[in-house]
Amino acid sequence: MFDNFMILFDAPVFSVDLLINGMLIGAIFMLAAYGMALVWGVMDVINVAQGEYVMVGGYVTLVVVKLGLNPLLGIPIAALVLYLLGWLMYRTVVYRVVDKDVFTSLLATFGIAILLAQLTNQIFGADVRSIDTELGTWFFLDDMVTVAVIKVIAFALALFLGVVLWLFLKKSRTGQAIRATAQNARAARILGIDTHRIYAITYSLSAALCGAAGSLVVMAWSIHPYIGLPFTVRSFMVVIVAGLGNLPGVVLAGLGLGAAENFAGFILGTEFQIAFVFILMIVVLVWRNRSLRRKRKYLK
Amino acid sequence: MKPYHYVLLFLLCVIAPFILPDYRTQLALLWVMIVLALSWDILGGQMGYNSFGNIIFFGVGMYACAVFQRDSGLSYYPALLIGMGLGGLFAMLTAALLGNALLGMRGHYFAIGTLGLGVAAGELAGGWDYIGAGSGMTTPLFPGELANRDVFFYFLFFAWALVGFLGLRWLYRGRFGLAINAIRDDEDKAESMGIHTTRYKVTAWIFSALFLGVIGGGAGNLIGFIDPKDVAFSGPTFGVWMILMAITGGKGRLWGPVVGAVVFHFTQELFWTLLLGWQRVALGLLIILIVLFFPEGILGWIAQRFPQRAAAKAQLDDKSKQAS
Repeated sequence: MFDNFMILFDAPVFSVDLLINGMLIGAIFMLAAYGMALVWGVMDVINVAQGEYVMVGGYVTLVVVKLGLNPLLGIPIAALVLYLLGWLMYRTVVYRVVDKDVFTSLLATFGIAILLAQLTNQIFGADVRSIDTELGTWFFLDDMVTVAVIKVIAFALALFLGVVLWLFLKKSRTGQAIRATAQNARAARILGIDTHRIYAITYSLSAALCGAAGSLVVMAWSIHPYIGLPFTVRSFMVVIVAGLGNLPGVVLAGLGLGAAENFAGFILGTEFQIAFVFILMIVVLVWRNRSLRRKRKYLK
Repeated sequence: MKPYHYVLLFLLCVIAPFILPDYRTQLALLWVMIVLALSWDILGGQMGYNSFGNIIFFGVGMYACAVFQRDSGLSYYPALLIGMGLGGLFAMLTAALLGNALLGMRGHYFAIGTLGLGVAAGELAGGWDYIGAGSGMTTPLFPGELANRDVFFYFLFFAWALVGFLGLRWLYRGRFGLAINAIRDDEDKAESMGIHTTRYKVTAWIFSALFLGVIGGGAGNLIGFIDPKDVAFSGPTFGVWMILMAITGGKGRLWGPVVGAVVFHFTQELFWTLLLGWQRVALGLLIILIVLFFPEGILGWIAQRFPQRAAAKAQLDDKSKQAS
């Protein structure tokens, strides 16, 4: 553990490698977190199945590649399939829990999460999968820094999708309706917005974002049926660090988390990387709550 | 129920392993389930703090007991009993250490925080060589005949479940029960009425941890093999089951978790084997269905369906509360 830590001092270039690769992956976290923030802000539901949508998006891309199509084509297809899946889940499950208490919506989406994870496990098996896009690798600084081209593409696409969504929310009529519903659902209803339709669109949109993220994950990294929960926790952590509705914050927190995780995975060993994510989340929660407590407030 | 009903129920529990010798392991496991559900309901039902990570205490107890059995050098029975006690103690310490920080949060944050806690514990245990890392630990072999093994564990767990049930019954009837119910109904008001909410919350979690830690130590021995992610800190099985059982029976009621555990365990044993590997898929579906269509649970449904009887019982409870 300390050996690896010392390597960072002996070869400082190495930490540049960790930083860059971590931030490239962090853009994907940002995308999933954006989806979670959307559902949370508009519907006041924490979607525990968020990470499972990422995972399903990855498997959709795997199927696309099996069919002989270009893996990059998997991104829009995964987004579309996940949009439909999100719509289905909203129409069957989530709309019943939108205005119920916190616990009911949490447990219902937790049920969706278990259902999707286990279903994928039954259909595709528990193996770790990834797609080789054969796009090659870039080398910098005497070959000490290696960057896979697909990670750069994933990074750019993630930022691009984020900007598109932001513009959609700002400019389009539907986007304005979504923001109106987030601000005051009752007033929006009085003014003639079909809030249930808006909720359905929001939820499906969030699932579609995750689908695109999952598609990038399977190309730039790897997936297996149980990566869902870590992705949910990462999204949750990014959202609470950034705060709801703080878009630049989500970008920064996502990239920061990616880098931090990559460093931790290197120093502690990859077997502790997931543990690091979960413990970091608890630490962040406790720290946020501590700072609120001085103002006689608490996280709720 | 009248007093002789309780006596009959008790006798039934005592003779159950002898009239159903083929199902002894399952019956012993039933008591584990009852303790799991009861201990989840302390926070989830009575105090309104829905923890998704109480499984951590189960796992801590299981590992503490197994490590003591491995390293103490005592013979089987004293090692097991002291180990279970240590399991409870370590679980309580964990709860006391984490309680103050985590129980300050509410709602979403508490739920997700505890969810992360359970998974983090499993991941850490899976990487720690002292407790066998990812390959897990095996518990010592039972010294006597194999047929007696399950009977022994049955009565051990039965005794602990009884202690848990009666202890909680006593706690819920007194000041403690009133305080945590007040926290569930409105925490800010409870605090402004002078209840030390944090103290009560941490105490409630410590109780929950005690019951889970002790039963975890025993359950590890009944199962015989401790895997960090699939047995000890098993979120997708025991961790979810305890929530599901408490809700199925009716959370926030003393008998609710007991009824829920019995119903859940029997249905599981009867139908689960028919599903051939699709059990966990079915579990996800079951969670969704119960949350959507049956959130008040069996006892809650009975209370709605037969309001007179429920009201009469509530009055009786009030009277006994005033008398005591």
